[in-house]
Amino acid sequence: MSAAEINGATEPFQPGLGLRLRHFASENVLFVLGATIFLVVVLCAIFAPIVAPYEPTAINFPHKLRAPGPEHLMGTDVLGRDIFSRVIYGARTSLVIGFTVLTVAVAIGVPIGMVSGYFGGRIDTLLMRVSDVFLAFPPLLLPIAITAALGAGLFNAMLALAISWFPWYARIVRGSVMSVRQELYIDAARAMGVGSLRIMLRHALPNSWTPAIVQASMDFGYTILAAASLSFIGIGAKPPTVEWGLMVALSRSKFLDYWWTAACPGLAIFLTVLAVNLVGDGVRDILDPRTRGTR
Amino acid sequence: MMVGILFGVLTVTFALSRVLPSSPIETMLGHRPNPEQIEAARHALGLDRPIHEQFFLFLGDTIQGDFGVSLRTGQPVIEDIFDRMTATFELTTLAVLLVILIGIPLGVLSAVRRNTVLDHGARGLSIAGVALPAFLIGMLLQMVFYGGLGWLPLQGRIGAEMLLDYPFERVTGLYIVDTALAGQWAAFGSALGHLALPVLTLTIACLAIITRITRNLMVEVLGEDYIRTARAYGLPRRAIYFRYALKATLIPMLTVIGLTYGFLLGGSVVVEFVFDWPGLGGYVVGAITKNDFPAVMGVTLFLATMYLTINLIIDLAYYLVDPRLRVS
Repeated sequence: MSAAEINGATEPFQPGLGLRLRHFASENVLFVLGATIFLVVVLCAIFAPIVAPYEPTAINFPHKLRAPGPEHLMGTDVLGRDIFSRVIYGARTSLVIGFTVLTVAVAIGVPIGMVSGYFGGRIDTLLMRVSDVFLAFPPLLLPIAITAALGAGLFNAMLALAISWFPWYARIVRGSVMSVRQELYIDAARAMGVGSLRIMLRHALPNSWTPAIVQASMDFGYTILAAASLSFIGIGAKPPTVEWGLMVALSRSKFLDYWWTAACPGLAIFLTVLAVNLVGDGVRDILDPRTRGTR
Repeated sequence: MMVGILFGVLTVTFALSRVLPSSPIETMLGHRPNPEQIEAARHALGLDRPIHEQFFLFLGDTIQGDFGVSLRTGQPVIEDIFDRMTATFELTTLAVLLVILIGIPLGVLSAVRRNTVLDHGARGLSIAGVALPAFLIGMLLQMVFYGGLGWLPLQGRIGAEMLLDYPFERVTGLYIVDTALAGQWAAFGSALGHLALPVLTLTIACLAIITRITRNLMVEVLGEDYIRTARAYGLPRRAIYFRYALKATLIPMLTVIGLTYGFLLGGSVVVEFVFDWPGLGGYVVGAITKNDFPAVMGVTLFLATMYLTINLIIDLAYYLVDPRLRVS
């Protein structure tokens, strides 16, 4: 016998998991759409060797520039490589780029923002001025310059993107740490003699990193786009790496007559970034309900 | 403030120019230079001096507009930049104007007609627009308007025959202005036709964000008390939206326009590459592939300074727009 029956009151209606999921899905059609596409991309990336019918780098001159058909779903490129297989393998590259760049950017930005917001004063001024300098470059130009300095290549391009990106996270975390710093529980911890580092890591950070996560989930798509752009202009991924931006670049001499060589990898970039952005919007709505419905 | 950031930008650029593993000397001297040649070149470039001395030399030179000599063209980088900057300026400025002229009214309309077909349509377009890389937009436009319809030229800034048949004087360096001033309307048409696709590409790439931000700012303002009051007084809706509501969004909007210009300056690198546009973007890409380091850093510095200047102008515009700032 349940407590409610004893008290003679009816229990509040508790919808089951299935119903709640369905309700969530009907409220967030775009999120579900994005999550589905994203899941497909992730699965393609993980099971690329199984999904892809051909080796992505296998050159087959007799088959070059074939139109999409049953044998080659997305046709073949100038070297006769199967574009569908390359698009599938390209998902790996793009996802790895997105995760790596954001992880490094967060790993640099969050500690800087935390120290800056927690201590304030001169350290804050210094760190924020340094961040301002990085933000003073037009977007995409700083990664280009850094990659040019380090030498063209996918690793350097990723590093360059992370370096150009970290100030945003530093700023966001700084802002939220500053507002959290005023809270009573921080004072209480300090009064109990807890060290600064421990307060930052155990008390300030967990209560202030939501905005950074939200930002990261929204930036994921932009990172993929930026990396594809760097590869496109020839300073990112290099063959034999299979990367969508690079595939579009390689199609440049032929795409007017053989549209699929550019359109298929282009569509892959578009759909992936679209999906990631929709998921990012959803993550923001879930973690930060204040912004719900404003976009 | 700006001087401080500019100093920082110079420092970053200097630091970048000294970490490069592919030394410019190799590019200058070819593959197998002998040790004496290397030493002479290092001395000529000042690379044998202590690092702080190098830094002050670099600062002094840069402030006087000496960005070094391009290893590729053999010209001073600053002259290369002056030769090409008007092309970039023409492109980005037209794109900014288009983005503002289309994006802001569309955003306002979306906010006013909130949750209607128009609003959802605009939202859909902006979600899609943000996910499209600029190079893909450019190539799609090339496929449609050059490959498919044959209406517009594939790339370049003006038809080559125009320069011979209809000569015009470079007064401003902006071809559509110069050709119009010279009265060479055939050349004007050619310049305009060549501008259409790259400008459209940049516009589409930025339009989504601007429309979205304008809409959200406007939705926020429309919820304010004074708007409700204005409505209650029965003021005409046009007056409410454009005289009261839009005014309140001007400040954040100015910030957004500044950001857009930055995006356009960065995005122009890719777009100029796609359309073989003879501006700074194409120049910098060519320089990177040839390891022409002074050119890359010169353009980076130049564009960063331009971006800072635009933001400074916008900061000053805040004072024009917001009387409260003038009082305090």
